Formats: sequence, C-alpha cells, structure tokens
Amino acid sequence: MSAEVLPYTIKPHPVTGLYNGKFGVWLFLASEVMLFGALFSTYIFLRIGAPETGPAAWPSGEETHLSWKIGGLNTLILILSSVTMVLAWVQFKMDNFGKGRLYLAITAILAIAFVAIKFKFEYAHKFHMDIVPSTSVFFAIYYTMTGLHALHIIGGVVVICYFIGPGAKLWDQNREYYTNRIECTGLYWHFVDLVWIFLFPILYLL
Amino acid sequence: MNRSRIIGIAAALLVGVCLIAPSIVLGQTEAPAVSGNAIDGDYGYGLPPMVSKDGQRVDDLIIIVHWFMSALFMGWAIFFVYCLMRFRARAGHKAAYDPIKAKVSKYSEIGVAAFEAFLLIGLSMPIWAATKSEPPPETEATHVRVVAEQFQWNFHYPGADGKFGKTAADLVDTVDNPLGLDPNDPAAEDDVYATELHLPVNKPVICDLTSKDVIHSFSLTVMRVKQDVIPGMRIPVWFTPVKEGRYEVACAQLCGNNHYSMRAEMVIEDDASFATWLEEVGIVEEFDEDELD
Amino acid sequence: MSGDHHHEPSFIRKYVFSVDHKVIGVQYGITALSFLFLGFCLMMLMRWQLAYPGEKMPYIGNIFGEAAMPGGVMLPEFYNSLGAMHGTIMIFLGVVPLLVGAFGNYVMPLQIGAPDMAFPKLNMMSYWVYFVGGVVMITSFFVPGGAANSGWTSYPPLSDIATAGQTWWLFGMVCLITSSLLGSVNFIVTIIQLRVEGLTMFRLPFFVWAQLITSFLLLLAFPPLEAAGVLQLMDRLAGTSFFLPEGLVVSGVLQTQISGGGSPLLWQHLFWFLAHPEVYVLILPALGIVAEVIANNTRKPLWGYRAMIYSTIFLGFMSFIVWAHHMFMTGMGTKISAFFATTTMIISIPSVVILTALVISLYQGAIRFTVPMLFALAFLPMFAIGGLTGLPLGLPAADIHLHDTYYVIGHFHYVVAPGTIFAIFAGIYFWYPKVTGRMLNSTLGYIHFFFSFIFINIVFMPMFWQGMAGVSRRLYNQTVYAHGDAVQSLTVMSSWGAWMLGLAQIPFIINFFISRFAGKKVSNNPWHATTLEWLAPSPPPHGNFETVPVVYRGPYEYSVPGASEDFNPQHVTTEACSSVS
Repeated sequence: MSAEVLPYTIKPHPVTGLYNGKFGVWLFLASEVMLFGALFSTYIFLRIGAPETGPAAWPSGEETHLSWKIGGLNTLILILSSVTMVLAWVQFKMDNFGKGRLYLAITAILAIAFVAIKFKFEYAHKFHMDIVPSTSVFFAIYYTMTGLHALHIIGGVVVICYFIGPGAKLWDQNREYYTNRIECTGLYWHFVDLVWIFLFPILYLL
Repeated sequence: MNRSRIIGIAAALLVGVCLIAPSIVLGQTEAPAVSGNAIDGDYGYGLPPMVSKDGQRVDDLIIIVHWFMSALFMGWAIFFVYCLMRFRARAGHKAAYDPIKAKVSKYSEIGVAAFEAFLLIGLSMPIWAATKSEPPPETEATHVRVVAEQFQWNFHYPGADGKFGKTAADLVDTVDNPLGLDPNDPAAEDDVYATELHLPVNKPVICDLTSKDVIHSFSLTVMRVKQDVIPGMRIPVWFTPVKEGRYEVACAQLCGNNHYSMRAEMVIEDDASFATWLEEVGIVEEFDEDELD
Repeated sequence: MSGDHHHEPSFIRKYVFSVDHKVIGVQYGITALSFLFLGFCLMMLMRWQLAYPGEKMPYIGNIFGEAAMPGGVMLPEFYNSLGAMHGTIMIFLGVVPLLVGAFGNYVMPLQIGAPDMAFPKLNMMSYWVYFVGGVVMITSFFVPGGAANSGWTSYPPLSDIATAGQTWWLFGMVCLITSSLLGSVNFIVTIIQLRVEGLTMFRLPFFVWAQLITSFLLLLAFPPLEAAGVLQLMDRLAGTSFFLPEGLVVSGVLQTQISGGGSPLLWQHLFWFLAHPEVYVLILPALGIVAEVIANNTRKPLWGYRAMIYSTIFLGFMSFIVWAHHMFMTGMGTKISAFFATTTMIISIPSVVILTALVISLYQGAIRFTVPMLFALAFLPMFAIGGLTGLPLGLPAADIHLHDTYYVIGHFHYVVAPGTIFAIFAGIYFWYPKVTGRMLNSTLGYIHFFFSFIFINIVFMPMFWQGMAGVSRRLYNQTVYAHGDAVQSLTVMSSWGAWMLGLAQIPFIINFFISRFAGKKVSNNPWHATTLEWLAPSPPPHGNFETVPVVYRGPYEYSVPGASEDFNPQHVTTEACSSVS
C-alpha cells in the first residue's frame, strides 16, 4: 500500500488540524505518559510506605551517592538537544536540507553524550561501589526509571540517525513528508526530555 | 420462519435435552470425602451454616440482593420473550421506523440506581464499618495471632499473661520455632502455638493476620469472615462465634502448588474446654522449648 | 510514494507480511480462534481434575509426561499452570485479538469507507508482535517447571518466587501489550481521520464507536501493566524488591538476599488499573457487534443510539476509577471501600442503559431469526446475568462471603463466555460472507447455536451455587473442604457441560472450513444491511471500494416510511432510495 492512497498522510485533516503521523505520535505519547506515570506513582507509593528507620528506610541525599552536578549537566545537555531538534525542523521547513541535517547530527551527538555520561560516570561508578538494583528499593526504582529513560533516548538516537542516513532519501522524494517525520521525531524527543526534567529532581534533589 | 426450520429447531432442542439429562445424572456421582474429622453443620447447595453474631447481616444482604436481581431479570426476561414472539418477522408484519417513546425505561433505570444506592449506603456500608472498622474492646476479646505460610495456618495465643512474646523473622525454624519466638523475652514463655484454631463461644475474637511468605486469604466460611493475609502487613479481623462445633479454616487466595490443602480446623467450645485445651497445648509447647535448650 | 499499487505482490507480501487490513484481520482471526480453542482445551483438562480429583485421566492422561501428570494423574503445579494460562490465553491471546485485531481490523475501516488503516505497516507489526507474544506463551509450557502458575493475575510475592515460566509469561505479556498499544494508536487515528465525506461522528455505526472507546482504554490502561511487568521482571531477574517486604521466610528459609521495602499491594493496584478497563475492552466491541446484528435483523433503527454512545463514553471514563473493587479484601478501610463501591454502582448504570436500549430495539421490529441474530439475542440475557451477578460482588459487605469463590468465576464468565464469545460467533456468522463471499451453512449454524447455548449454561450456572456454598476458586481439589465436598456434584455437572460444549463446537469448525469452498455464493449485501462494509465487493479487493463512497444518513435507516426497500444504505442518496420501486 503506497502512502498516497491514504488520505491525510501528509496534509493535515481539516477538522483535527493534524496529519495522521502527528496524531499517532500524540496518542503514543499519551500512552507513554501513562507508562511513566505508573512508574512515578510507584516511586510515590514506595516512598510513602517506606519506614522511618531501618534498612528499608528511604535514603537521604548523601546516601544515594547521586551527584546533582552530573545530573544537572545531563539535564542541560538534554535541554540543549531539544533546542537543536527544533532548529533542525525549522531548517527543513525553510528548505535548508544541509543545515537541518547538521542540527540533527548535533542532537544525536548530545543524546549520545547524555547516555555516555549516564553509563560511564553514574552506572559504572555505582556498580563499582557495589550499588546495584537489588541494594534497596530506592536504587531499584532509580535504575528502573533511568534505565527505561535511557532506552527511550537510545531509541530516539536510532531514529534520528536513520533520518540523517538512509531515511534522508525521502527528502528527495517528498520534502513535506520528510519534514513531517522530523516533526514527529521532535515531539517524541521533547517528551523524552520532559520525562528527564521530572526524573532529575525526584531522584537527585528531593 | 418456515415450517422446516421450526421443526429443525425443535429437534435440536430435543437432542439437547437428551444430552443434558445424562450429564445431570452423571453429575450426581459423589466423590469420596477427604477430610479427617467430622465437620459440624449442614452443607449443601445454599449458603453454608452461619455461626457468628454478625454473619446474619451479610447473609441478609446477599439474599436481598438476589431477590432484587431475580425480580429485575424476570421482568426483563418477560419483556424480552414477549418481543421475540410478538415481533417475529412474518408475512404482513412490518417493523416500525419511529422509536417508541418509552418513559418506562427511564423510570426503571432511575429505580435501579436508587435501589443500588440503598443497598450500598443503607446496607453494605454499615456492615462493612462494623466488621472492618469497629473492633471490639481488646479487654473483652480473645486475641489470636494467625501466621500464614505455604501451606499451613499457625495460631499463636498470648498465654496466661495476655501478652504476645516478641517474634523475629530470623528466628523462624520450621520444626522447633515456627513462629520465630524470641526465647529471651519473658512474655514469650507462656505463649501457646497450635495448628488448630480453638476459640471460646459467645466471646468476641480478634485475629491478627500476618504472612511469612506470600499472600494468603483467611477464610472462615461459617463466620462470614474473609480477609487477605499480606506479607509485610498486620491486618486484624474480628467476629463472635455463637455456636459450638468443629469447623474449617480455608485459604481463599492462590498461594502456590498446594494451595488447596491449606486447610485448618477451628473448634468453637465453651470457656472451660477452651481453658483446658490451652493448658494442654501449652504444656506440649513448653516441653518443646525445654528440648530446644 | 510509489504509485505501483496495481502490481501483484508476492505470496509472502500478500498473505504473510501483508499490510492490507483485511489480510491482517483474517490473520488475527485465525490465530486468535486457534488460541481460543487452545484455551478451551486447557480448561477441559482442568475440568477432569475438578470433577474426579486424583483419578487417572483416561486416554490422554499419559501424553503429558511425568513432570505434569505422572501416571495420568494431574499434579497441582500443572493444574495451576493450566489455570493461569487458560485465563491469559483466553483474554490476551483469544478474545481481545478477536474483537479488536480481527473484527476491528477487518470491519472498522470498511464501515468508515477507508481504503485501509491509517498506518498499514504498523498494523502488520501489531500482528507480528502479538504472534511472537503468543509463541512465547506457548513455549513457556516446555520450560522447566512448566508455564506460569501464579494465576492470570500473577500476584507477587508468589509470582516473584515462581518457576521460570513466570519470566516467560512476563516477556509474553510485554509483547502482547506492545501489540495492543500499536493497534490502539492505529485505530484511533483511522477512526478520527479517515472517515469518508458525510460520515460524521454521529453517523458512525455503534460498532465503530465501541472500537474507538476500546482503543482509548487499551491506549491508556495497558501502559501501567507494562510498567508493572517491567517491575516484576526486575524483581525476578535483578533481585529487586518492588513487591517484597522485609523478613520473608519462604519454606522456612529467611530471604536475606533481598532488600525488602516493597509492597505486594503495589502490583495489585497497577494490575487492576489495567485489568478493570480490560473488562470493558472485552465487552464493548462485543456490544458493538450485537448492536449491528440486532439493528440489521430487527429491520428498524437502534433505539437510543445516542444514549448508547454517551453511555459508552461514560463507561470508558468510569472504568479507570473502579479498579480497587477487586481489592476489597486487602484490608481496605470504610472510606476507600465506600468510594470504590460507589463508583462501581455508578458504572453499572450505563451498562443497564446500553442493555435496555438493545432490548427496546426489539420492540416493534420484524425480527429475523438468522444464526447471527440468535447468537446476538442469546448474548442479551447472558450478559444480563453476568452484569446482575456483579452487583453482590460490588457491594463490599456481600463480597466478604463471595470474594474469590466460584461466584466470581460464574459472574465474569457469564460476561465473557456466553456474553462476549457469543457476540464473537454472531460476528463470525454475520461477516463471514463479506470476508469469503460465501455464506456459512445455517443448519449447522442452528445446531451449533442451540447446543452451545444449552451447554454453556450447564457449565457456568452451577458455579453460582458453588460460590454461594463458599467454595474458593483455584482449588485443585475442593473436596478437602466440607462445604466443597457437599457441592461436588455441581462440579461434575459443570465438567460434563464443558466437554459437551466442546463437542458442540464441531459443527462450527466443520462449517467454518467447508463453507469457505462449498458455501452458497452471495452478493455484496446478503443481509440487506445499511452500513458501508456491505457496499464493498465480497470479498473486498485491495483498497476496498471501487469508488470512494459518500454518506448521506445515519447507520441504521431500516423500514423508513416511503422508501422502496426496507433498508436505506448510508451511501445511497435519498432520491435513489425512494424513487426505485
């Protein structure tokens, strides 16, 4: 089935104002909100239920061994990558393929930097200190949430790299279609950043 | 609908009945009973025997709800069958396009909603409050700790001093110390351990439920008592037995392979017999502890 | 992009990795029907152990091997596996894929006049992810310790300490959830964006509305279960303690390797947050099918079409705030139980409205007793029984006695088995001519219906009495209890009913395969129906419609006064309806 047979694959629907892909991504993000929402609820549930003292008590700031500096740096990196993502889309919109691709590449590099910092300076450091998911429920939820978030980042990087590389052929065939796809990727990317904006304070600061 | 089709349907019904009949007859074959001691009470197709003070309220609610449900269903079914017969497709009969103005449905829906509200607020909530939120005074009640594990019920009585000894998970030993009692705690010395639940009649009982391993459910069918037993939580339930006899404790939540065999017996007896039993079981328990030392 | 949709695709692209919603719908249908049959077989095995506990199973007892049935006698662990997998397979691999994957996929785009789903490749992926999930579930029977045996609800800590089959179950569930999520995105976009000209939201067939609300439920309720599944996987594989408190002593051994600090109730909240909306996922599309069949066979418009839609939307919302009525026995206080009992009573109202509307639709109709109509009619009282018996379970005080007994089993099976599965049969008999171009044989259909109707009631009706007597569900052998032993004869009756019900499906299976080749050939619109799927050729070609239709009226314009026929299709202009005579 070729894409053009289906209505509103590229042009927005007159009533909803969305083309199919954008609508689909919004719905997908709604389900992602529920996924991370469930995990945030789990965090709250476990933290409220934790005893005041004893081995199962919730760890204080120092006991978590989480550096807000590294976390803060990663937050900055992700915010910056959101900006470059928007810039990429703007460039494609303005028909500047080269510049757009450059911004996409910067976005991917920033994302890889985020993951590298996460793994090299945080996970590796903690494994070295013998802090693993089974250490306590705090670290269980820490590893689960940041791990799942990192998987989302990696997924995003794969998609962005696809559009820099093999997916770029679409630009020659249909520029609007390609730009739409970048817009959808951008929506996803902003969402993943937003999740981190919530993760950072609850894990590093509170 | 033509004649041959009606005959076909009738024939199918007839064959159906012929097939049901043997299945009902076969259904009457009795499987052998496995239980050891004779259990008191008449068990049958209706609600089981009821031997607690507040259980009747639960039964009454169940019975009222079922009358309500039956009445609704019958009324509904009569209309349904009437429609099927009266409005079947046949020569000269045409469907009406315009919808009927049926106020009846609106009124009946409001009626159903109102009655449901009455059931919930008028009947269910007070029972729930009484059986789950208003415990009897501790001083008047028999206090038992119920410790569930795969696939056994353990019962822990405080003994003569009325105080439960300290317990700890790391002291648990399946054979010698199933409750994990602390031998250094003086309150633990006269504690009684049993695998049969004995309770005095006509006196409120408070059971504190804990689990060693997985989720169980403490089900006393004849008392109309049921409560999940959740590891990491201590959940109290209370009831007042009113009839002497031997009954059953069941596990009502899937707890592993032998969940079905997680059964204990419960003996309701007069004060004197209860005291005697407590003493006898207590002696055995002390003997065990001596051996441990 | 490529305009080459005229060129003939290869066999693999056409039938295996097809992106055509109709092929995918049929793939879903066949796979899910197979799973439905498998789930049914698991249940028939269980019913032997229940009826004749500890006795050797005749003929087939020996083929299951020493690990499951030594000497032909079923072990409790195998019984528990069968129970858990029966539930999982029936719900997640059978009924939902049939209602949404098969009927939704095949019929919905046709009913809205679309050439395909909005995202055909995503649609194909949904199917194959579902297929992988199914394979993982089946494979789990062959791992050491057998398939998951902690119930379909998989309550920890039991499921945390269960055998390897549980891990497979979790992986399988993650696949199935992902598949449903992809599917629901696709459905919503398709229904909102791809309707043809003139087909406003209130001209949509009720079936499409049901699919739309169902998709929203899947979209929003499934992710929390996915989260819960990930947490349980962490517990099982990484040794975390999300669902484990401190100081667990399993088989007399203190669990020192776990940190503790988690809560078993956390799982129940996450699980039931999914699983209650899931109940409506199981029933709404079924109501949709029944509404289509009833409107068509009463030859009059549905009564209260808009009220049904508003009720469905309301049901969808409410289903997210009733979940803890599954947890009344977990030590809940008066206030919280009162809240959830109240929402539960409220959610019963829209169900009553929908059912009432369907029954009043019969009034002043001209009812044709076709095979799909018989199944749809039987659905109504069966669903009524299932719904009514939910009432005592929703009242916390009555639930004290009935919770976790056979009464619960009877209740939800009346909703799902003679309810939803009858609706599925109605749908199969109704749309089979659209899919194949041939009718199913109606004599075999009548036989199938009457026997199924009788025996399915023999299976489930006794369960209410068993539950009243206080018999717990999930018991390998209920005769160890005095109250169970007293009603064992009901168990035997129920078992025989189940085996007979199995036999009653033979005419259907024969009919299903033979009619594909030997059934009576039919025109595009054999039922004289009004909705758009009957405009397309039977079977519809790639791209569905020869010309894009335009819609002029609501979905159920039957017996319109002054019209030349007793049905006015949605795509025919008003002049054309009345002029031809």
